Amino acid sequence: MGEVTFHDVSKRFALRVDGQVHHVQALDRINFTVRDGEIVALIGPSGCGKTTALRVAMGLDASTGGRVTVDGREVHGCGHDRGMVFQHAELLPWLSALQNVMFGLEMKGLRGGELRDTAEKYLALVGLSDSQNRRPHQLSGGMKQRVGIARALAIDPKVLLMDEPFGALDAQTREALQAELLDIHARTGKTIIFVTHDLDEAVLIADRIVVMRGGKVHDIMTVPLPRPRGDLVDVRGTHEFAETRYKVWRDLHEDESVVH
Amino acid sequence: MRKENMMAEIADKNIAAPEVETAERRPLPRWVITTVSVGCLVGFWEIFGRDINPVFGSYPSAIAVAFWELLKAGTLWKALLESLQPFVVGYLLAIVIGIPLGLVIGRFRTAEAALGIYVTAGYAMPLVALVPLLILWLGLGFKVKVSVIFLMALFPICINTWLGVIAVPKTLIEVGKSFVAPNHVILRRIVLPATLPYIMAGVRLAVGRAVVAMVIAEFFTTISGLGAVIINSANNFDTATMFVPIILLMLMAIGLNSLIGYVERKVAPWQAEIAGRERE
Ligand SMILES: Nc1ncnc2c1ncn2[C@@H]1O[C@H](COP(=O)(O)OP(=O)(O)O)[C@@H](O)[C@H]1O
Ligand SMILES: [Mg+2]
Repeated sequence: MGEVTFHDVSKRFALRVDGQVHHVQALDRINFTVRDGEIVALIGPSGCGKTTALRVAMGLDASTGGRVTVDGREVHGCGHDRGMVFQHAELLPWLSALQNVMFGLEMKGLRGGELRDTAEKYLALVGLSDSQNRRPHQLSGGMKQRVGIARALAIDPKVLLMDEPFGALDAQTREALQAELLDIHARTGKTIIFVTHDLDEAVLIADRIVVMRGGKVHDIMTVPLPRPRGDLVDVRGTHEFAETRYKVWRDLHEDESVVH
Repeated sequence: MRKENMMAEIADKNIAAPEVETAERRPLPRWVITTVSVGCLVGFWEIFGRDINPVFGSYPSAIAVAFWELLKAGTLWKALLESLQPFVVGYLLAIVIGIPLGLVIGRFRTAEAALGIYVTAGYAMPLVALVPLLILWLGLGFKVKVSVIFLMALFPICINTWLGVIAVPKTLIEVGKSFVAPNHVILRRIVLPATLPYIMAGVRLAVGRAVVAMVIAEFFTTISGLGAVIINSANNFDTATMFVPIILLMLMAIGLNSLIGYVERKVAPWQAEIAGRERE
């Protein structure tokens, strides 16, 4: 199980600019439910509140209104039922790839052989068995992000939260990791909420796309592509991909001329 | 399987080239440059130092002779040993107390508000002026020497650690939080390693201050150790002998510094790898 619901979630930041206090409404009463095992993409212009929504769901930020529930239980702070994949992996630089994965597991209380075996299993899942003793600076961007994914997956959370996980990678690596993520999802059936600014990525991977604007949910769109998606190169050639991509694009650019 | 292999290959292409540097022009080793630099200094000193009245100055060969005399008489070893005891105790105490104190002040708002002000003030404390007071409290012996050294070494270590904690990227701490790590685990397993470069810098800065403190303590309390050698020879207008402990202390500081550098590379090897030494 892993159903995530945003109930009227708001987040207001107070920030000081030139000695004056300003308020930013990062989230303005957002409502949606992510079903168990579903992949949902959050997309929208920069500053629309995607990261904030994810951080509130993770428990890294507290909402100023409403609540997030996971399987009906209200989120208060972080928990092992949710795993976060950070935008720049955020591996601990003094630990090897394996030790980074073990860190999360240790916090969950695993010890000894079970700890090591589990960490190794998840590194193998992301194809990094041969590099498990390398430290982060000896890994490429794509490999770091894989370790980040393994670290989050290893604690066996119900929900995986990913903030632009592939945003900093080159196109080739990004495509490889997108396929890999779908593969992992097929094997583990995790609920995944991921933030992206890449339209193609949203359509390729997600079951539904939540389009956000100015801290609000602007639209929620279902992607009419079957699961498993199969070869992503082929998916790009389908009519449904093109159509959905265009619809989301229209959504994002709607009355842009009016706004500016 | 097939897919993973392919991906691992793609990923591997993005790795920086292995560390085989194509050394077209091998630069001079550092120790050669240092030796030449020291050689020049000693040479100039020898040449021009001889023209000075031996009361007002000295020169390397005279100092070397004085060094030999002191060594033969056994004075030097005895003095060095006498000095080192309070030095080691005071300096180690400063490390053992300064690092945790800095970590706690940096990590917890309350501790920072309550204690930060004393640490900042303590760093600028005119310790020499306080030595008479310390003598009243602790007497003239070992204890007061240790305290003077401890107080001089504590603050640079503590302040550096504190600054290091402030500089730890928030996201690394959030990694700990996202895995529900308790506060003390975040402190020990994330903040402490992330702060190590700052801590080591503080520990290095403290060497110089501790050496100065040691001599001050020997001047103002029971005259003893290397400080006594300095004072006695100065009173006899034997300037060459006076320079022996001074130079010995500076050599000791240099040695201690490289020892710390060695320890640093042992406990924080990743730092040298990340920071590199890409300099002109
Ligand atoms: N810690 C913070 N303090 C103040 N304002 C913030 C903070 N974090 C985010 N914001 C503001 O909230 C809004 C939403 O930010 P964010 O969720 O990061 O957007 P996105 O991820 O969609 O680009 C932005 O206007 C941003 O400036
Ligand atoms: Mg963001």
